[in-house]
Amino acid sequence: MGSKLTLGRAINTGLRQAMEADPKVLVMGEDVGKLGGVFRVTDGLQKDFGADRVIDTPLAESGIVGTAIGLALRGYRPVCEIQFDGFFFPAANQTFSQLAKIRRRSAGVLSVPVVIRIPYGGGIGAVEHHSESPEAYFTHTAGLRVVTAATPEDAYWAIQQAVASDDPVIFLEPKRRYYEKAEVDTDATLSAAPPLDAARVARPGSDATIVAYGPMVKTALQAAEADTERDIEVIDLRSLAPIDYDTVADSVRRTGRLVVVHEAPLTNGVGGEISARVTEECFYHLEAPVMRVCGFDTPYPQSRLEEYYLPDLDRILDGIDRAFAY
Amino acid sequence: MADTAKPKGGGTAKSSGGRRQNRKNDSPDLADESPKDLLDHYRRMLLVRRFEERTGQAYTQARIGGYCHLNLGEEATVIGLTSVLDERDYLFTNYREHGYAIAKGMSPRGVMAELYGRTTGVSRGWGGSMHMFDTETRLLGGYGIVGGQLPLATGAALAVTYRGGDEVVMCQMGDGTTNIGAWHESLNIASLWNLPIVYVVVNNFTGMGTTVEMASAEPDLYKRGSAFRIEGHRVDGRDVLAVRDAASGLVERARSEQRPFLLEAYSYRMKGHSVVDPAKYRTKEQAEEARDKANDPVAIFEERLLNAGVLTEDTKKEISDAVREEVADAADFAENSPHPDVSTLFDYTYATPVANESKRMPSEPVFAE
Repeated sequence: MGSKLTLGRAINTGLRQAMEADPKVLVMGEDVGKLGGVFRVTDGLQKDFGADRVIDTPLAESGIVGTAIGLALRGYRPVCEIQFDGFFFPAANQTFSQLAKIRRRSAGVLSVPVVIRIPYGGGIGAVEHHSESPEAYFTHTAGLRVVTAATPEDAYWAIQQAVASDDPVIFLEPKRRYYEKAEVDTDATLSAAPPLDAARVARPGSDATIVAYGPMVKTALQAAEADTERDIEVIDLRSLAPIDYDTVADSVRRTGRLVVVHEAPLTNGVGGEISARVTEECFYHLEAPVMRVCGFDTPYPQSRLEEYYLPDLDRILDGIDRAFAY
Repeated sequence: MADTAKPKGGGTAKSSGGRRQNRKNDSPDLADESPKDLLDHYRRMLLVRRFEERTGQAYTQARIGGYCHLNLGEEATVIGLTSVLDERDYLFTNYREHGYAIAKGMSPRGVMAELYGRTTGVSRGWGGSMHMFDTETRLLGGYGIVGGQLPLATGAALAVTYRGGDEVVMCQMGDGTTNIGAWHESLNIASLWNLPIVYVVVNNFTGMGTTVEMASAEPDLYKRGSAFRIEGHRVDGRDVLAVRDAASGLVERARSEQRPFLLEAYSYRMKGHSVVDPAKYRTKEQAEEARDKANDPVAIFEERLLNAGVLTEDTKKEISDAVREEVADAADFAENSPHPDVSTLFDYTYATPVANESKRMPSEPVFAE
């Protein structure tokens, strides 16, 4: 039987499931215990699983991620919370130099199943450090899996799959969608959920494809609905590393047009990589160049200007118009 | 246990007589020691010495790629520290790790083959000089980034505590590491959560070419745990027995008291930071001091054992020959081991299957229709 959950509550429930399923799962981060996290995603977990298993750490991102790696080397499955996207950077050394590479440099002897949860993206009226979209830093590093979730249902399953994965997973949570509610079938089994790295056709269509992920999926769907003349397909990428190019290419071969949407700055973003790959794989099917509708190449703006920075319905429709101009 | 004799480091070259005097005063009496153990320490120190000399040679002959940091001058520290660890205890080291790998129980063959980048290496050739791992002997890595191993070792100690085990984690590092952020985060966490870990600072007086005095506002490195209420001790890293006793006390206290400790062991780095480093930052006097036999842990111990009659010229030759043979065998083994096949280029990156993983080699078609 399903129940209506917010995206934040869905992750909380998924974490709870993961902790019940495997005693090796630990949660750690700044104020994740008593407070339940700034966004209350870990709310109640410490009360139910104890302060040993849901650990309030010092304010020390490098120490949190590094200590989690050490735990993972000894067989545990730590889930770290980084409080905000921009707070990740002190942990970059541990993430890029150790977490992503220990398996490779130990020739597969050691796996490091750490999950780093990061509330990311803008739209909450905050400034830089609190509104950034750092996904491309992660996707440029082999050895990491990078996933997002656009819906409560996806978030519920994806967090459990991320915890169960033997690879390190960067779990990007669209913080401005935390409070959006939808039906989640919490009685289904984990094995029945779609794979962690499979994209999802969020809205079928035949004239053009929008690829989006995380917080932009909802905006892309709104744009597709608003376009009364053309039948737009929307793909929710879900996994950013690896990317499910089969689903993307299959769609583009049917529609001939692709618009990639993300909040992160345009240059060297995930959209550029998708554009290159689709051009390689679907060149003869394309009716137009791949268009990108993204954040601008600036630091995240101050709160009164963020609505201009973030791709919205109009900018996405404009991107579709440009794809149809060819 | 704390040795109050302050090392002069690379700062000023002085006659080392005074320091040797200190060492002799502080060091355990050989008469109280088992001759068998003493000879075993000596043999193991000599093995590290000869292994590293052979490594340096192989590196300059381009048999070993990348960069290569040797334990020459740190043999007493390497053997003293590892001799007190149980098989169940964990060791994390930095990039100057060949000696530690052998001393923790990896075969010289596997270590040399790893340096050569061959498939028979302890990390199948993928780790190289700075990244040897062995879950069997519980060496959980050399780490190439300064300070990279500190939070990891701290996490491994947390795992021990969480599980309620009685293992101890030893985390070795160089003097320069005490200035990096991970040091502070790790020591704070270890003390806050009462973790059974011994941080060991191997102070060779220079972070590459920058002296401790130039880099650390508190150059007495063993004091640097005090802000975290971590008890620190200093020991003469040229004296294998002194290192052994200092480390032994702290490892057992970490085990019984469930607390972190800090040990500083000072000794000279006989060569540059890595094999290719000409060490131009050293004055003539400093270079002489680093090469001085009076500061050479192997020579010091050998002389003591000879004077005490524990080692005879005959046994010395016997041990020396056996060690040379073992090192030659390791080098031959490495030399004759296969290089990794190019087909393994994409291996080990992920533990789980990755959809659409790009594995195209230059000769393969762009489109896999």
